[in-house]
Amino acid sequence: MDISYFDNNATTRVAPEVKKAMMPFLEDLYGNPSSIHDFGGDLIKYVDVARKNVAKLIGASHSTEIIFTSCGTESDNTAVYNALKNYPRKKHIITSKVEHPAILRHFEQLERQGYKTTYLDVDRDGLITVEQVLEALTPDTALVSLMWANNETGVIFPIKEIGEALADKDLLFHTDAVQAVGKIPINLSQTKVDMLSLSGHKIHAPKGIGALYVRRGIKFKPFIVGGHQERGRRAGTTPVPNIVALGEAAKLALEGMDKESQAIRELRDYFEKEVQTKIREIEILGHPEKRLPNTSNITFKYIEGEAILLRLSNENIAASSGSACSSDSLEPSHVLRSMGLPFELCHSSIRFSLSKYTTREEVDYLLAKLPEVIDNLRKISPFTPAHLLE
Amino acid sequence: MAWKYSEKVKEHFKNPRNVGVVNNADAVGEVGSMVCGDALKLSLKIEPDSNKILDAKFQTYCCGSAIASSSALTEMIKGMTVDQALAVSNQDLAEYLDGLPEEKMHCSVMGKDALEDAIKKYRGEETDAHEEEDEGKIVCHCFAVSDKSIEKAIRENNLKTTEEVTHYTKAGGACGSCLGEIEDIIHDVRARMEQEQPSQPKESKQIIQKNKTEEKPLKQGLTTYKKIKIIEKLLKEEIRPSLGIDHGGLELVEVEDNKVYVRLLGACSGCAQSGETLEYVRNRIEEELGQPIEIKDLA
Ligand SMILES: Cc1ncc(COP(=O)(O)O)c(C=O)c1O
Repeated sequence: MDISYFDNNATTRVAPEVKKAMMPFLEDLYGNPSSIHDFGGDLIKYVDVARKNVAKLIGASHSTEIIFTSCGTESDNTAVYNALKNYPRKKHIITSKVEHPAILRHFEQLERQGYKTTYLDVDRDGLITVEQVLEALTPDTALVSLMWANNETGVIFPIKEIGEALADKDLLFHTDAVQAVGKIPINLSQTKVDMLSLSGHKIHAPKGIGALYVRRGIKFKPFIVGGHQERGRRAGTTPVPNIVALGEAAKLALEGMDKESQAIRELRDYFEKEVQTKIREIEILGHPEKRLPNTSNITFKYIEGEAILLRLSNENIAASSGSACSSDSLEPSHVLRSMGLPFELCHSSIRFSLSKYTTREEVDYLLAKLPEVIDNLRKISPFTPAHLLE
Repeated sequence: MAWKYSEKVKEHFKNPRNVGVVNNADAVGEVGSMVCGDALKLSLKIEPDSNKILDAKFQTYCCGSAIASSSALTEMIKGMTVDQALAVSNQDLAEYLDGLPEEKMHCSVMGKDALEDAIKKYRGEETDAHEEEDEGKIVCHCFAVSDKSIEKAIRENNLKTTEEVTHYTKAGGACGSCLGEIEDIIHDVRARMEQEQPSQPKESKQIIQKNKTEEKPLKQGLTTYKKIKIIEKLLKEEIRPSLGIDHGGLELVEVEDNKVYVRLLGACSGCAQSGETLEYVRNRIEEELGQPIEIKDLA
């Protein structure tokens, strides 16, 4: 049986159009765009087209503002590094408690090197306010890095408002938009961010390609040094197939944005409405509206998330969990904990994330299997109150 | 996460046997809590004359392998005498299930801990009240740290904040739900410390404390699965990274009382330094558990 895939915030299927677009570069067009000979050198034009498409998807004014990287993590690491290089004397950096490890672990490392860090709290809905950001600023602040949308809950931060509030401040503003790009409209000609990270494999391109937007006029210090690729901003032989793939994925995402997000949202809302009628004592996490259209994070009280995932996996359903058991650290999701969710609910949370390839049939299949799985595990749990078992 | 479980584990996970609570149970054992993310309750029907286990049922809140191993354990111990049941080892359980993934050991041994708890209570050994007198009340359920050990750590190391207590005893370090209680204990103990030594000059106090800090706080009442949890965390977060090896390079195989069995593979095994490596691992585990251990390399 085919997989029913509800884990698109973890990674996505490569779009057939994307695969088709990149194939020639895995076959006959294998040259190196940095070469003097035309066989390689000519390929740069495909890279340029891809760069334009990525720029367009996020509303960047110049395609040269896009630097191709290997992944979202590299983009995040590069952005933080660059901010510090821009302000060598400033020693304070700000982020939120719910960021991806690609930011958090880097901040912790910088702490050990003597930087002062501020981790902004989120409220029960997973949100922060512009005021919180402004209050955290000091004259010593070099960087504010805040994610556009959260990978676990889909909650969307007010990046436009924050960008506006920070526009006249002497610091850099970075946003990790890995989960937002391609899912909600982003227009950097109207949103004042200095740097933005995105990743290919979240938008139906293959794994191993990402990009960093750096607004024109901002000094840039390369994080990966070596050859002169990417105008000397990111060394390493140009991965033409992956770049072409990301370009094609960006084009598809922009073309389909309105219609597809609407369809995904309807399917997600249908799922949430139905699941609430079928299963008792559950809670949908994150702000109800300020949320990505594809993400649904639900806690199923009294049972443990990994057991739910394994049971779902038995039914060929893929999802993910914030439970301690399914993480490496034996500790539950830092995102849900930061939202003030009690531990027992963090252990019980499951994230379902949809894509444009998610079908109504898949959702109905999930809705058919999920109540049974939950009910079964609740029967095994010592904490389930009697009234739920009747 | 992929299924790394045997067919038999999968089967027991899908169709767990003996789920529920035995009517009029003669013994009930409980370990863990919902806050920590894993919990198990085992109830037994025992024939008084023969001490034979007539029925066994379990309920659990944990990941897949706890469900499978609890199911298997109840199957195994039915019909055994209490003593026979106590003699069932984690190895027996693993064999019954055609193997258990090692990183899931702390979940898998919960069944045994619950069984021991149940039988202790059945025999009237170390009832809760008794335990409270002796070892204190468990405050941090995640790492099984009692108020007595927290008090001891506070007194010996002159601790003032919850962070310090966590640092010394691990209490409050995982879920944090007991931090409020720890704060109360600090307050209380420090107040009593003041009263006990009202006229002691500050200087000599400091000297005493200096000497005392050398002593490692002892953690009492650590169950096997809490030990495994602590050791696994240590291996993962500190030892493997510092040795530059992955999970396959150093595996935790089994913990029995104070014996820790590991398997040193790959670059570490057989190399000239493997003895030193083992010694280092032993030292760190002893520090974390606050008790001496024996370590054996099964490779
Ligand atoms: C919000 C966020 N940032 C960064 C990343 C890292 O991206 P990549 O997997 O491309 O390194 C992810 C992906 O898991 C993410 O969700």
